[in-house]
Amino acid sequence: MATTIADDLRPMHHPKTWVGKYVWSQDHKVIAIQYGVTAIAIGLVALVLSVLMRLQLGFPGLFPWIQPENYLQYVSMHGMIMVVYLLTALLLGGFGNYMIPLMIGARDMVFPFVNMLSYWIYLLSVLVLVSGFFVPGGPTGAGWTLYPPQAISEGTPGNQWGIVTMLGSLAIFIIAFTMGGLNYVTTVLQARTRGMTLMRMPLTVWGIFIASIMGLLAFPALFVAAIMMLLDHLLGSSFFMPAMMTMGQESSTQGGSPLLFQHLFWFFGHPEVYIVALPAFGIVSDLISVHARKNIFGYRMMVWAIVVIGGLSFLVWAHHMYVSGMNPYFGFFFATSTLIIAIPTAIKVYNWLLTLWRGDIHLRVPMLFAIAFLFTFIHGGLTGLFLGNVSVDVPLSDTFFVVGHFHMVMGVSPILVIFGAIYHWYPKITGRMWNETLGQIHFWVTFLGVYAVYLPMHYLGILGVPRRYYALGETSFIPESAHLANEAISVAAIVVFAAQFLFFYNMIWSYFRGPKADPNPWGAASLEWQTPETPPGHGNWGPRLPTVYRWAYDYSVPHAARDFIAQNEPPSADAPSEEVLP
Amino acid sequence: MRVAIAIVALVLGSIVFHLLSPWWQTPLASNWDSIDSALHITLLICAIAFVSLNLFLALAIVRFRHRPGSRAHYAPESPRLEKTLTFWTGLGIVGMLAPGLVAWGKYVDVPKDAAVVEAIGQQWQWTFRYPGPDGVLGTAGVQYMTPDNPFGVNPLDPFGRDDILVQGNELHLPKGKSVKLVLRSKDVLHDFYVPEFRAKMDLVPGLVTYFWMTPTTIGTFDILCAELCGVGHHEMRGKVVVEPRESFEAWLGQQESFNQLLAMSSPDAVTEMFRKANSCSTPATWGVR
Amino acid sequence: MSLISRLAEKSWETPGIDRYREPDSYRPAAATVGVYVYFGVATVIFTLLAAAYLVRMGVPGAVDHGTGDDWRPMPEPPLLWINTAILLLSSLAWEAATRASRRDDVPRMRTMVLAGNALGLLFLVGQVLLWWHYQTAGYYLSANPANAFFYLLTAIHGLHLAGGIFAGGRTLGQMAIRADGQRICRNVRLCTIYWHYLLAVWLLLAALLVAT
Repeated sequence: MATTIADDLRPMHHPKTWVGKYVWSQDHKVIAIQYGVTAIAIGLVALVLSVLMRLQLGFPGLFPWIQPENYLQYVSMHGMIMVVYLLTALLLGGFGNYMIPLMIGARDMVFPFVNMLSYWIYLLSVLVLVSGFFVPGGPTGAGWTLYPPQAISEGTPGNQWGIVTMLGSLAIFIIAFTMGGLNYVTTVLQARTRGMTLMRMPLTVWGIFIASIMGLLAFPALFVAAIMMLLDHLLGSSFFMPAMMTMGQESSTQGGSPLLFQHLFWFFGHPEVYIVALPAFGIVSDLISVHARKNIFGYRMMVWAIVVIGGLSFLVWAHHMYVSGMNPYFGFFFATSTLIIAIPTAIKVYNWLLTLWRGDIHLRVPMLFAIAFLFTFIHGGLTGLFLGNVSVDVPLSDTFFVVGHFHMVMGVSPILVIFGAIYHWYPKITGRMWNETLGQIHFWVTFLGVYAVYLPMHYLGILGVPRRYYALGETSFIPESAHLANEAISVAAIVVFAAQFLFFYNMIWSYFRGPKADPNPWGAASLEWQTPETPPGHGNWGPRLPTVYRWAYDYSVPHAARDFIAQNEPPSADAPSEEVLP
Repeated sequence: MRVAIAIVALVLGSIVFHLLSPWWQTPLASNWDSIDSALHITLLICAIAFVSLNLFLALAIVRFRHRPGSRAHYAPESPRLEKTLTFWTGLGIVGMLAPGLVAWGKYVDVPKDAAVVEAIGQQWQWTFRYPGPDGVLGTAGVQYMTPDNPFGVNPLDPFGRDDILVQGNELHLPKGKSVKLVLRSKDVLHDFYVPEFRAKMDLVPGLVTYFWMTPTTIGTFDILCAELCGVGHHEMRGKVVVEPRESFEAWLGQQESFNQLLAMSSPDAVTEMFRKANSCSTPATWGVR
Repeated sequence: MSLISRLAEKSWETPGIDRYREPDSYRPAAATVGVYVYFGVATVIFTLLAAAYLVRMGVPGAVDHGTGDDWRPMPEPPLLWINTAILLLSSLAWEAATRASRRDDVPRMRTMVLAGNALGLLFLVGQVLLWWHYQTAGYYLSANPANAFFYLLTAIHGLHLAGGIFAGGRTLGQMAIRADGQRICRNVRLCTIYWHYLLAVWLLLAALLVAT
């Protein structure tokens, strides 16, 4: 029975026109680049929004055109873009699309047409999202969490039209994501080449695979919540809308439950952060093992930890709702499940560290970013324990402690991994090498800069400074020095923002003028580095699919001739050699 | 190599920052020292993890950085080591969770003799209601609200007649008496947060939520709204005045009760209040048969 | 190998391919796996909607209070049951098509696929008619959460069925151009299980709506 694309009896159709090759392409690599470019472009918009936010917080009053309305709009759009339209799209749509077929030895995804469609629908969702800036009232200012009743009530920016573009955009994105997710999951299950068992796959694939399954099961919750809120807003239903006063009048709605929205939102929202984290975990495992010339320590535990984290992440959502007014007895359960999920996560951290231990560590730029990930993720993961511990969360919720925490684990660690990954796979994707000096400067400024931004925030939060405040105003307990802290954070943020231009310049310039790269400059064992052409051609493998003989981490194997053995190298090729390395 | 130095510097710098930082918890002004203890235990355990893991990281980078001729050790896994690490991690988790859950157990268990005070939130101000001499708050809600009855007290409920209504964003509490703060919202989600009290809870329209605490320090403290509620969120402030029992009683005696509000309202206004209270609270567009 | 034993494999200890057959010899078709994965997605959607329904209705107990006083169940016109019967018939038609495909009875398969699609379409028409019936009787979406949930649940179910009819139509097209027989048989089988799934969802939804 013909199944995989590879052995499909129809010959592989190679597009001939420029439009067929680079626009309406069904090639997973082109789609990946399309996803990546779009995600990074909208991510830059969100980055600029964050600079505007920091200008207001660091220098209140200096920018009179930033009013509370637009400040809240920046906050909300920044958050939603970064979490969904940048991180999820880039890690799954970008890296997932590019890496999965190459790492498992397939020619393409199993549903290439649907894959192509998923990108264009994603692009549509981005355009609908951006249209929020141009509708009357501007985009929503309800926070990325979009809580009703405020999101669709007077007093919140965008409560008429902005919320519609936001919810509509999310629904469209979820359709795109479902199409993509079906591809990633089915491809991993059905298109692995001969010899590529599940436990021979690199952890990058495992991370993206489990994240895709989670996404398929979690995004429906957001979809349902978005549709219900749209119905409440446009057709006057009362899923979420209680009896309330609005504009001095009693509302026509009754009996709706704002908490119902929160449960649905966070049932999506918590798995969402692991949908972002798990691919990053998988990728960083590969970065560390390649550049330390050592197999990832405890591969089996790493796989199981990914699976367990994925499963448990569906059981912790209400730790975002400890002070929401939900039944307080739920707090006992969710605090316990949340702190339990820390255990497999900690094991992963130990295993990364133990991979480095007794390794042969090459401190190249990708490895530097991986190390920075470890440092910042340890910090961010630990602060999560404060927030997960229900009673400790009470004074900290909705303060800058939360902002510091989630930026560390979402905005710093995965972004560092993304940078590391781009530097790492750049020679494979483009066939060129980037500039080392620019890479080093980019690394140092970014790493030290983001820590300077987010470390002080935790302390402001412990002090009691709330989040989503346009201005602190007069209080009896916030010292003058807190304003200094805000200034310093803003300055650091602007410096980090500026440093990113070095990165873009490096990537773009090197694409056209960089030296041609070796097809496997890092000596990596995994399959994507063993393609006959670099960058990989259409169909990836030439006339015959590779056969896989070993796992993805044969580094520094005793008695082997080189310090790595490619996955598709047959066993006879690594017979013990007389040659002993110096 | 530089990166290892940077890691150590950042660890040391973080410790120094922590010790020297002027931004730390406000002095505790309530009974919730159990929350503070749980936080401090969590901090201690996390700090130990932070320092040890990162110093190990730096050490690994220094000892095992690539030099000509170096080769990595081949060791795919060590189940014994992983089990040991899992065990100690689990212990650390329990060490943090236990005090946290104990404190939470107290948080959900409101003392039987706690006084009841109601805080009502709306965009973007606070009002308060005390139960008066009968000790019971009358029923209230959005459905009873009129321009002359902004608190929405039900005029048909006898318990509500002596309720004391306080506008002007200032809540007074007697020191040392535990109080259950019941929370009601007129419009959207809000949150009643006083950093010095540590305790907080969201206000949810359509529900009555609550938390309890015992103020232990005389003083005036800021109320901050801690759930984004629109463009005035950052200006939705109030004050809590904790004072000795005598001055609290004196202050309370000077506040207006619902009876007095009724007495001072025009006959038409009072009629409207009763009309609303008597009607089925069916909104005009509810067209079901 | 079971999934558990596969995940416990120490893959560094066993290089080589002698134990691994050519994957195509044992793996099901990608399309089949895709449909089953999608069942996971759809199940989550309908389960969450049902949970939201119960919460909004005011299930007593530990769930947040303050909801449900305004719940008014909707009446059950005969059309609801007629539509259910039509959906059942269309599922049976698809089942017959699958059995015909296994026996290589192509003419019967084609007839049954046509019937299955047509009955599915008839069901959708019936649903729209049901909506119109409720609207003219005054059961507006905004009036009452029971109404709102009815419209929402039937809309989501209907959209899924429309997707199925699209796939069924494509299968008819493949039969018309005489595409690969194995592929057609597989598609007929996938449409059939998809139809059965939506029938099961519909029966559960109808039971929920009627019981409350």
